[in-house]
Amino acid sequence: MTRRWALVAAAGMLALAGCSSDLPDEPSSGGSPSSDSPKSEFFDQAEYDRQLAFRNATPQGPNGKPWEQMLEPQMADTAKFAKPGGKYTLCFSNAAVNNPWRQVGFKTMQQEVKLHPEITDFVVLDAEAKDDKQVSDIQSLSGRNCSAIIISPNTTATLTPAVEQACGTGVPVIVFDRGVNTTCPVTFIHPIGGFAFGADGAEFLKEKVKPGGKILALRILPGVDVLEQRWAAANEIFGGTELDVVGVEFTDGDAAKTKSIVSDYIQREGKIDGVWMDAGATAVAAAEAFQDAGVDVPAIVGEDQQDFLRLWVDEGLNAIAPTYPTYQWRTPVVAAVKILKGEQVPKEWVLPQPRITSDNVREYVKQDMPPLHYAMCGCEGMPGYPGPWK
Amino acid sequence: MTWRPRLAEGTAPVLVVLLLLLVGLAIAGPAYDGPAGYLALLKRAAPLMILAIGQYFVIVSGGFDLSVGALVTAGVVIAARLIDGSESATTWVILVVLGFGLLVGLVNGLVTTKLLVPSFIVTLGMLLVLDGATFLWTGGAPRGALSTGFRTFGRGALDVPVLGEVPWSVLILLAILVAAALFMRSGTGRALVAVGDNDAAVRLSGGQVDRLRLLAFVLSGLLAAIAAILFGGFAGVSAQVGEGLEFRAITAVVLGGVLLGGGRGSVVAAAAGALSLEALFTLLNLLGVSGALESAVQGVIIIAAVAYAALGGGLRQRLRLWPKHRNSVQPVSS
Amino acid sequence: MSTLQENISPARQSAVRPAVRRRFTPVVIVYLALVTLLVVGSVLVGLRGEVLLDQAGILNILTRATALGVVAVGQTMVILTGSLDLSVAYLIGLTSLLAAETMAGRESMVLPGVLLALAVAAGVGLVNGLIITVLRANAFIATLGVALILRGYLENTYTGPAGDVPRGFQHLGYDRIGPVPVAALLMLAVVALAWWYLTRTRPGYHIYAVGGDTEVARLSGVPTRRVVITAHVLCSVAAGLTGIYLASRLGSGAPYVGTDAGYDLESIAAVVLGGTLLAGGRGGVVGTLGGVLILATLDTIFDDLEVDPFFKNVVRGVVLVTAVALYARRMMADRARRRFT
Repeated sequence: MTRRWALVAAAGMLALAGCSSDLPDEPSSGGSPSSDSPKSEFFDQAEYDRQLAFRNATPQGPNGKPWEQMLEPQMADTAKFAKPGGKYTLCFSNAAVNNPWRQVGFKTMQQEVKLHPEITDFVVLDAEAKDDKQVSDIQSLSGRNCSAIIISPNTTATLTPAVEQACGTGVPVIVFDRGVNTTCPVTFIHPIGGFAFGADGAEFLKEKVKPGGKILALRILPGVDVLEQRWAAANEIFGGTELDVVGVEFTDGDAAKTKSIVSDYIQREGKIDGVWMDAGATAVAAAEAFQDAGVDVPAIVGEDQQDFLRLWVDEGLNAIAPTYPTYQWRTPVVAAVKILKGEQVPKEWVLPQPRITSDNVREYVKQDMPPLHYAMCGCEGMPGYPGPWK
Repeated sequence: MTWRPRLAEGTAPVLVVLLLLLVGLAIAGPAYDGPAGYLALLKRAAPLMILAIGQYFVIVSGGFDLSVGALVTAGVVIAARLIDGSESATTWVILVVLGFGLLVGLVNGLVTTKLLVPSFIVTLGMLLVLDGATFLWTGGAPRGALSTGFRTFGRGALDVPVLGEVPWSVLILLAILVAAALFMRSGTGRALVAVGDNDAAVRLSGGQVDRLRLLAFVLSGLLAAIAAILFGGFAGVSAQVGEGLEFRAITAVVLGGVLLGGGRGSVVAAAAGALSLEALFTLLNLLGVSGALESAVQGVIIIAAVAYAALGGGLRQRLRLWPKHRNSVQPVSS
Repeated sequence: MSTLQENISPARQSAVRPAVRRRFTPVVIVYLALVTLLVVGSVLVGLRGEVLLDQAGILNILTRATALGVVAVGQTMVILTGSLDLSVAYLIGLTSLLAAETMAGRESMVLPGVLLALAVAAGVGLVNGLIITVLRANAFIATLGVALILRGYLENTYTGPAGDVPRGFQHLGYDRIGPVPVAALLMLAVVALAWWYLTRTRPGYHIYAVGGDTEVARLSGVPTRRVVITAHVLCSVAAGLTGIYLASRLGSGAPYVGTDAGYDLESIAAVVLGGTLLAGGRGGVVGTLGGVLILATLDTIFDDLEVDPFFKNVVRGVVLVTAVALYARRMMADRARRRFT
């Protein structure tokens, strides 16, 4: 019994020593830089129109360096973060490196850091795809002497309190890839977005497949906002055509499952005229299902992974590859240095989001790169290429 | 004609379930009105069935092997990096992958039997180590590419007289299944089941309990390596090819009426369990059951399967005993 | 009930003297390992010119230990009875959603949200327990089945994070006293409560009795079924508490917050790392707390040293197997001693 009282007393002492909360003050406003709220129907007409318009907009910024370009920027002043003299400690809370896209991106980011001698220290905490670990990670970075904190959130809604807390420490916070439901970061960097991605593929099929043609839509998972947007846009476009969407299936991103599903549809429908995908990781498996069934691969939507691009060129596929470019991993580092020098950055930094077509696919095929390498890394000109990416 | 197929104990229910599913497929999908559709199903199910056979050896001897999924991923990723698209490397890389499977099984078995760590923990540790080490070696994502020759086993077919084109994977599966069934009828096979049932008795009667357990893990590792070759062949290089396969293989074995904890069940039933699972997924897909509910259906079915296995035996016995009771013991009041 | 029991080969005699052996119980080993780890970690981190156990470091370790600690306490209860629970990860996701959705940003709904989440958790635990005892299904497969059912429900119902935790309740996740998070103190309270229950109450003794030998327990009048069901209900309630805590930390419920973190296998790993026998009957929550702290400290050291995330898994796997092998050796020595003296 005495021991328990001792504990209580100790707790009381600690309380006297300093009871504090890491919870930030009420957020300033409800406005959100992220393009949708987590529990929406996922289709948002205004955002859809905005993204589709972005595709044809001319970006500002240096030619041939899409990671430094920006679409319709509204510049924000960063003078208060200026920290002349260099010797920056750049901190990065990464959601995960658990897939090839994030691998390529992260390697590109590490090389980008090497390009800036002002950055003397680059601290990275990997959340291993765990929301609660990323919350702790951000908290832990707030306690270090970071000059700026870059955050690639694991999910949108759940990381919001942690990001607000990081903003509260007065260090400039940069968010990229996925957004959060707060305007507190200095800049939010992302390519045009999911609606544009989904629309690129769907419009291609609308053009290439004759009316009445059978379309199979393959999705990875339900419930991921970025992926839901892609499908919402495609669904919107298919709705306005004569195309017959015979199936919408979830593949879990598993190549074997993808191949099985496509085989089933070829058997069941007799003929499939077009394949839409919300992410290209399993596009090769889908194409192989047609090859194994002894039929021609129809019009197909992939992504910029090398294995797909090679198959495309070798087999002369009728294909398109919308991209979610990995060069966006360079931008946060560029932005951090700009902010710390007191230069203006866009409040919302929208990067161009190119697509690969039959006209330019050969430029992106790199025979010596790994099959799952993403071509749109913007890394070819970096010193040391291709070493770290191989 | 008094010949009756000798079915091992507990095989009948899963075969009935499988038959129902196959009939369901024939009704639900026009693709399943001929042998081609079923052959495609068998081709697809083959790697899982092989994994289930391997898992059966471990489970029936009283253990678990949670490392098979990670081993499949490791096998595919290792093969892709070593082959790197070169056709001439195919043969030795296949041997390396098989050897790696053997080695992993050997380590699992030795740690379980010599260091006395429960196999659940050993193979959980192995899962973590394999997962980490494989990608540490390749720098996070798979590298290299598989050769056409390597992929033939999972993707290609062989022209068999009479039958026509039969996928390689189906032929490999059949060979393994026959070998496994024969093995389980041999003295060693029966001893393996006995170890799971009561290892003290086996030990007292002079059986080599540790050696039998070790054998089970080695077989499981080897078969997982073969499954890796088929998975890699079927769908190519992918970082998550083996994800969740350990639980699916265990589910398949349980669906086949094999008792977790060992000592009961047949290897053919375990393989049939895997085929049923694959047929079930295909059927749910054909019926348009949303992917989200798929796992719920799977959950209900495996609980029902184990409950049937645990209670069903008692139920049958009661039904069989009932007439005798009626003759001998009259109800006092009715 | 000992579904995971693996009979182990006959004893080898140990040369170490009994007195020394007795002092090194698994609990002592765990905490010695923890201290060693902290010292080695401090040195390694210190070589980089940083400090492991500064305020931020302590906060980090304790925060990481909080969620896993509460689940692992529950998992200890079921493992002690010789059962186990693979459904906790999905249950954590479900309860975080139930709590956050019920609260929906209103301070007044905090209590109903918490109670609902706990009630549903208890219900799931009851179902687990009933399937295992009445349907006599193996715990591994029974709880795996329930996990799949929960997963189906989550996938079918939610498309991502949902609900909104009022800011007042978020203090649970963010407040601290010095370097000690309030939630970590609550986690310690849960550990203390479980310790008291297991070692000082009759139902607690029954848990050990059932895990040690179900038949003997039954014959000596222990209501074995009820004990197993109770353990499962307690385990699920602990998972529910974790879900509520995570909701307060994330500001909303998230369907995969438990599975992404792998709380099912990780909690089992923490329990056995803490010296509890996977087959049941031996161990306790004090060891589990040590196991949890070791895992949390490892994580923090890895982060400070910026270890490759893939390498972390290799280390975790090796640590887990090595620890259990050590305990097994010790136990064999114990048995040998009892047999030969």
